[in-house]
Amino acid sequence: MTVLFYLAGAVALLAAGLAVSRRNAFHALLYVVVSLLAAAVVFLTLGAPFAAVLEIIVYAGAIIVLFVFVVMMLNLGPEAAPRQHGLLSPATWIGPGVLAAVLLAELVVVITTAGGDAVAGDAVGPREVSHALFGPYVLAVELASFLLLAGLVGAAYLGSGSRTTGGEG
Amino acid sequence: MSGAVLLGHGLLVASALFAIGLVGVLVRRNLLFQLLSIEIMLNAAAMAFVIAGARWGVADGQVMFVFILVMAAAEVAVGLALLLRISRRVPDLDGDAVSGMGG
Repeated sequence: MTVLFYLAGAVALLAAGLAVSRRNAFHALLYVVVSLLAAAVVFLTLGAPFAAVLEIIVYAGAIIVLFVFVVMMLNLGPEAAPRQHGLLSPATWIGPGVLAAVLLAELVVVITTAGGDAVAGDAVGPREVSHALFGPYVLAVELASFLLLAGLVGAAYLGSGSRTTGGEG
Repeated sequence: MSGAVLLGHGLLVASALFAIGLVGVLVRRNLLFQLLSIEIMLNAAAMAFVIAGARWGVADGQVMFVFILVMAAAEVAVGLALLLRISRRVPDLDGDAVSGMGG
């Protein structure tokens, strides 16, 4: 379990360092995905399975997909076709693939030793987190929903085409 | 739980991840990479909360993780919408090119 933690932490640091030093935005996105998956494995080995699942669903599943959408939108143009072809070459995905394979091996170890000591015994599960969220922290949950609504309205306004400002609208 | 993983080592990983994101914000001039680095920094801060919560076996660390997750989602939605607006004026997304406010 300790070895799993240190291995996942090393993978997270290595992938993050490679992500911020890439020249191509899509290569950086692949490394950021691996870094977030490694952070999820770190949470799992620390006995926080709810945080690990949220990390994969929200961070790697939703936020990074937004980044992928934007990168794909910005890449539109006559030079997009050869760039797409370049994305399929092994040099693009071999680095993130190896790092993700390390994480997969850790996941196999965790699953095959289920009930053992791979995951911490007294893990803080979703039940405790939910009781805390909707007990003493319920006001903060409402404020977080306000923040999400403000973000939604702001993103919808900013993304709604080229609107002239200063006029009567 | 996780008594074998020292608290200092976990916080060391989180702070190193934060430092990598900070270097990315300071060194890269591309706005997309700066947003990605900010995501890495937010992830590192959330990881520090989860590690500290796991050290004492309480749920508060994961509660703060959820709040940071919500904040990151709202931030990235507005940030990417702004990025798309900026990309119409500055196609190469150079952060220094939009340092002034054209009123």
